[in-house]
Amino acid sequence: MKVNRQSTNVLRVFIQLLKREAFLEWEQKYTLSGILFYAFCMVFIISLSLSRSVNPAIWNGVFWIILMFAAVNSAAKSFLSESQGQRYYLYQLVGPGVLILARIFYNALLLTILGLVILGLYALFSGFPVESPGWYALCVVVGSVGFASILTLISGISALAGGKPALMAILGFPILVPFLNVLIRMSKIALDGLDKSLIQPDLIFSSGMILLSITLSYLLFPYLWRE
Amino acid sequence: MLAFFKNNGYKILGVVLIGYALIAGLLKSLPDMGGNMAQTSRNVFYHVPMWFTMYLLMGISVVYSILFLLKGKDRFDVVARESARTGMVFGLFGLSTGIIWSRVTWRELIPSDSFAAWWSWDPKQTMVVVALMIYAAYFILRAGIEESSSRARISAVYNIFAAASLIPLTLILPRMLGGLHPGGDDGNPLENIRLSNEFRVVFYPSVLGFMLLSIWILELRVRFTLYQQKFEDVE
Repeated sequence: MKVNRQSTNVLRVFIQLLKREAFLEWEQKYTLSGILFYAFCMVFIISLSLSRSVNPAIWNGVFWIILMFAAVNSAAKSFLSESQGQRYYLYQLVGPGVLILARIFYNALLLTILGLVILGLYALFSGFPVESPGWYALCVVVGSVGFASILTLISGISALAGGKPALMAILGFPILVPFLNVLIRMSKIALDGLDKSLIQPDLIFSSGMILLSITLSYLLFPYLWRE
Repeated sequence: MLAFFKNNGYKILGVVLIGYALIAGLLKSLPDMGGNMAQTSRNVFYHVPMWFTMYLLMGISVVYSILFLLKGKDRFDVVARESARTGMVFGLFGLSTGIIWSRVTWRELIPSDSFAAWWSWDPKQTMVVVALMIYAAYFILRAGIEESSSRARISAVYNIFAAASLIPLTLILPRMLGGLHPGGDDGNPLENIRLSNEFRVVFYPSVLGFMLLSIWILELRVRFTLYQQKFEDVE
């Protein structure tokens, strides 16, 4: 019974943290609108420079680059926006494990929505040459969740390393490259409308990478905080 | 005398093995791979051990990062950093020998005026560049943190997290994508090397020799850094 109560307690804390994140985001509309504006500008500028006729392979590659930059930009704020004091207070209050899991979950939600918004905008400006849209959307969701699972810990690292703005990109890009490689391959299959069984190995591989980085974030995050 | 061999035996063995690999690797008659591979296949004795050694050193680096997080001894951080640094050097050697080798081997297949021919976008090649990028980021991160204890802790966390992304990437991804290296989907003439004993008798000693050499370099680097820190503390 005791274990059960504890686990529901953790779950409650987890939901509380999610609510807190969402509440803070809504309170200071600056960050959220900033992220959306950044994404909009990037999609608009890139679509403008690509001009209307673009071949599907390039369309796909450029889409993922937009998404990656937007993800790095929006995940950067998940630890940078709070002071050292707030950080230690939260750490003492809820423990690091549940905190990082809540942040990853929240970032995954945020980036999924952002990814789908970017996909919509990009389709509006640059066209939508995708053969199987459902599978492509699934790739976007997997990609966003993956970006969140990798970048949340990176955001914590760069915040503790002094919060220099470029650090997030320096630390994040090398780790994102292999994941991005798989995503581009996977989404290219959806783009061309090929047999869905071809997507499966990549889907399993990317899910494995997501699970691995969530597990490692959970294990490593406590060490990051310890003084 | 016995103590001398106990401490230095692996260094002597390493030098002897590398000497053997250099001489036998260049002089030994080998099964003909055909075409450009007839003689360039000897590079397998020098190019591949660079990668094996890089993986060994990066493995050591991760293990010592984990040890540092668990035990918190400064010495472990020094070993993690120096083995990442030495591993990067071996990685660069492996990359440059690979670029030259692929250029020579596939010369006829690519237009000679194309500069891109130096870079073949082989998955393993790409992924190794990612590995080097990760370790470059690791050193940039270290350079950005002033305070030494938090520098060691934060960079150890990054090292482990980044290295974990390397495991699937260098071992699984190239096999899925195919390419110039053995183990991919495309046919590679070097596939036969695995079966050939003529290659094995030079290849394995060469791998061991370069690994021992790298351990020697690592040991020197660690000792040097520790002495340096000691003198800085005295001053």
